[in-house]
Amino acid sequence: MASPEAPEAPEAPPTGPGMREDLQEKASTYGRVEVDERFADLDDPLAEVPDDAEADLGSVINDSRVQEVLDRLDRELVGLVEVKRRVAEIAALLLIDRVRRTMGLESEAPTLHMSFTGNPGTGKTTVAQRMGEVLHKLGYVRRGHLVTVSRDDLVGQYVGHTAPKTREVLKRAMGGVLFIDEAYHLYRVDNERDYGQETVEMLLQVMENQRSDLVVIMAGYADRMNRFFSDVPGLSSRIGHHIDFPDFEVDELMGIGQLMVAQQNYRFSPDAEKAFQDYLSRRMEQPRFANGRSVRNALDRLRMRHANRLWEAASEEQGRKVTKSDLVTIQAEDVMKSRVFEGGEDTDEDTDGAESR
Amino acid sequence: MQITQGTFSYLPPLTDEQITAQIQYSIDNSWSVQVEFTDDPHPRNVYWDMWGLPMFELEDAAGALDEVNRCREAYPNHYIRVTAYDASRGRQTTALQFIVHRPAEEPGFRLERQESHDRALRYTLHSYAAEQPHGQRYHNGSGDGG
Repeated sequence: MASPEAPEAPEAPPTGPGMREDLQEKASTYGRVEVDERFADLDDPLAEVPDDAEADLGSVINDSRVQEVLDRLDRELVGLVEVKRRVAEIAALLLIDRVRRTMGLESEAPTLHMSFTGNPGTGKTTVAQRMGEVLHKLGYVRRGHLVTVSRDDLVGQYVGHTAPKTREVLKRAMGGVLFIDEAYHLYRVDNERDYGQETVEMLLQVMENQRSDLVVIMAGYADRMNRFFSDVPGLSSRIGHHIDFPDFEVDELMGIGQLMVAQQNYRFSPDAEKAFQDYLSRRMEQPRFANGRSVRNALDRLRMRHANRLWEAASEEQGRKVTKSDLVTIQAEDVMKSRVFEGGEDTDEDTDGAESR
Repeated sequence: MQITQGTFSYLPPLTDEQITAQIQYSIDNSWSVQVEFTDDPHPRNVYWDMWGLPMFELEDAAGALDEVNRCREAYPNHYIRVTAYDASRGRQTTALQFIVHRPAEEPGFRLERQESHDRALRYTLHSYAAEQPHGQRYHNGSGDGG
């Protein structure tokens, strides 16, 4: 991931080795940047603060703890290189802006409304959640909470119902991130009396006038989002960042699977791991494959088969003990029972069917 | 005459920034915030009109300040106050209540003396503004309805 120190900050010299040691001392003086006092209260900073005035960039970066969040993002989200890079760039921009402000170099707050496009299960909601955290750490939003809504939460059923409903949601999202899932449902081309139009207009207004109060993230399938943006003039230009979430590769899905398994205190036996990789590559070819979400559903089914296997073993043999390792290890046979291996289709919704084989 | 009541009645009118800070304090204490308005600011009048519903799910004060501003726009010549309810004891208890907006001109009250039995005097307050019907008081601007 790109280091936030990388972008050129004209007023800060590159961080040298001495600066790093400096950081430890400065940990207590949180967020403070050293500006030569003689220039602190002059009116036109661009002209008056000399170009070689120094700011301790390293300590600002350290103090903001944004690196921790970015590292966690890197660790806990598999793949998504482009997305992570963009998050790091936004973080860098906001940090440098903060340093600039300590020197009196005011600049307008950047537009941080975003659109996330990608297929289901590619991590849009998860990244949105992290985005709230990052923006909060950087002081761009005041609270950093995520409010997830869809058309039903915003658009009313009858005349006069929409505006209060939308306003309610906007109020709740103030100070945080408003995540609108499948945003294109807000606008229906075929029905110009649709109340969604009203919501879109209110959104546009808030996105323009209350940029410091909330960040709007719209998400959905790429093609339909593009159509939505071309149907609603002025929306696309108010969104500063269009981020595309690509589908995962097999290796990445495997990584996701392993993370999830570890989080739930299970592990794969070596055979099961191979089988699961095989399962994933077959499942990917099938229709209605939903990336990360499909992995999670497949794991839920694995856990069921695993539990069922232990149960059956216990009922066949009275007084049989289970060890901790039994409880933790997913065996190859749990994976191999999936319908996918018999040429059938595994769906995400139908968990019973998968069990019946 | 400037009518004062509620929390901070001894202070000069709060700025928007100070209002926001007070609302944020209320939200941080999980008190729900409510905007109310009236054109009958007698100290014993507890029945102010509600501006929308109490805001139960706020995280940030900006949303509540928006409502205050919308109420100011609709009722520029009314008194507007913010009330924070503390529901933690199972009943709605007013924890904080302060005026955030007042009409530009406040004629105030006069003291009325009533001769009673045995030369006793009873005192009461008479609001000059309340001589006008509801909705037409404090009308140096729009005579909006209440």
